[in-house]
Amino acid sequence: MTRAKTTETTANVGRVLRLDSSRVTFAKTLVVCGVLLLTLLLIVALMSLFGSEKLPARAALCALISFGKASCGLTADQDAILFDIRLPRILLGAAVGGSLAVAGASYQSLLRNPLAEPYLLGISNGAAVGTMIALVFMGAQEWSRPLLAFSGALAATFVVYRLAQGRTGATPERLILAGVIVTTFLSSAIVFVTTLMDATRIRSFTFWLLGDLSGSTNKLLWLALFIAVAGTFVLAAHARSLNLLMLGERDAFDLGVEVSRVRLVVFIVASLLVGSSVASSGSVGYVGLVVPHLVRLSLGSDNRITVPAAAICGAIFVVVADTIARTVIAPRELPVGAITALIGAPLFVYLLRRR
Amino acid sequence: MLEARDITVRYGPRPAVSGVSLTLAPHQVTAIIGPNGAGKSTMLRTLNGGLEPAAGELLLDGERLSSYSRRAIARRVAVVAQEADLRFPVTVFEFVLGGRYAWASTAGWGWETSRDVEITREVLRETQLELLSSRLMNELSGGERQRAVLARALATEAGVLLLDEPTANLDLAHQAAILALVRSRCNTRGAAALVVTHDINLAAEFSNQVLLMKDGRTVAFGRPEEVLTPEILKEVFAVRVLVDAHPVTGVPRITPVHEALR
Repeated sequence: MTRAKTTETTANVGRVLRLDSSRVTFAKTLVVCGVLLLTLLLIVALMSLFGSEKLPARAALCALISFGKASCGLTADQDAILFDIRLPRILLGAAVGGSLAVAGASYQSLLRNPLAEPYLLGISNGAAVGTMIALVFMGAQEWSRPLLAFSGALAATFVVYRLAQGRTGATPERLILAGVIVTTFLSSAIVFVTTLMDATRIRSFTFWLLGDLSGSTNKLLWLALFIAVAGTFVLAAHARSLNLLMLGERDAFDLGVEVSRVRLVVFIVASLLVGSSVASSGSVGYVGLVVPHLVRLSLGSDNRITVPAAAICGAIFVVVADTIARTVIAPRELPVGAITALIGAPLFVYLLRRR
Repeated sequence: MLEARDITVRYGPRPAVSGVSLTLAPHQVTAIIGPNGAGKSTMLRTLNGGLEPAAGELLLDGERLSSYSRRAIARRVAVVAQEADLRFPVTVFEFVLGGRYAWASTAGWGWETSRDVEITREVLRETQLELLSSRLMNELSGGERQRAVLARALATEAGVLLLDEPTANLDLAHQAAILALVRSRCNTRGAAALVVTHDINLAAEFSNQVLLMKDGRTVAFGRPEEVLTPEILKEVFAVRVLVDAHPVTGVPRITPVHEALR
């Protein structure tokens, strides 16, 4: 009797948590995203303990949980390190990682190309050129940076998309080649703008270009966080259309998808995501490749789960990568883009060879 | 159900289809045959709004096709295209469930209803794919994959089925299975089907009316035995053919006579 009951309970738990079943349901998405969100919170708290200045773990966690209202025995200096330096940087890392991963996942489905990624397609570089122009010519106005970054990302997106459309349609290789062309072209534009800068700024600038979370402002942080969350929701709302687009534009059209409208929405939202993250932290590469790939590997290809899951996992990935970047050669720092590329580039080679 | 009047479609200046009329009625299977480049597939793609006709009129259930939304058309007209290439792993169930897209109540996250799942299960059963439903599409054989493509079209519950060479690259048994499924949809649910094919014998056996096209124009349109005559076929395909009656079914049987190959 007891035994039968136990088996039944196990079966019920199995039914609720059926993570391995082939079909993605709303319940499964909620459970997966809930677990991932908790993991992200845990990682954020944990990573804020690491750094060149050691913080007492219990006191720091206590302060974090009380949102800084209780001092929990931290000194004023430690409090400032935690809330004014580390936490903003970690949150920015989360926003940037989420933005890039969700943009990558959407590009991949829309362009039917597992290799599509904002950095590799030159879209990050487009945003970087925009940011630089804003920095050099409109330095005083802070809002000009994300705005021009967004415009640059959008322009690069459309150019790459047009270049990739051959007479026989866009093949994955053609798209990557178009990305290379746009990237190299924009790189020379970046070099050109760099020469217009004074020598003292150039070093911090090259650092930023490689993807660096240390040079942002609070306004840019809030903007990046807002766009990351809002963008993820908008793209997740188009996940079912993306599922069909993943199988081909013509099939999607036949099944009722308004292909050109969805494409426009994805291009604009992804450009906003890439633009806001580049404006605040430069071009962090390969996040949009590594994270969606791993998410699909474990959760399948249904965008209704991969889009939100990629956002959260991207946040985790960059927060961890940045913790490595700022601790591994402390007190000096690496740009976080160096760490993500170190992980991403071999994966890219693997994906390319497997095709 | 779906009516096309004097349709002309252009790619650039050259018309790919000119002045073709066609009516698809419930319970009827219509075949489009003709040599390569005759405009058969162009005609098919025009019928669900995939291509914009330069002239002519398209009526779906009495209303102009252009007055329907994309979703509304997809609920009424389903397309079975030639095999799609898949770059992401998708299970058969997910693939067939795609046919329910146009029925989602909002454009939102669009979670399928239990009715969507029910209908998907039903067509999987109908197409004998239920045991494969959790397999990945690219693990299937060509015949099974084509059945899944048809299953997705059936899952839309559309009254009009447009099939573009649904049996190309399939062996005899799989050809028959696909066509039997289409036929049963027409017989039991009053669907109208249009099949573009290169197989003239198949058209003769399977269809109620045949549209024979060449260079974008209608050469003949009517019942199979009216259209599939040696004279007309020789003129269109430039190959001598022998037409007799099928010994079992009695429909026209077409045999090309290739002297040059002997």
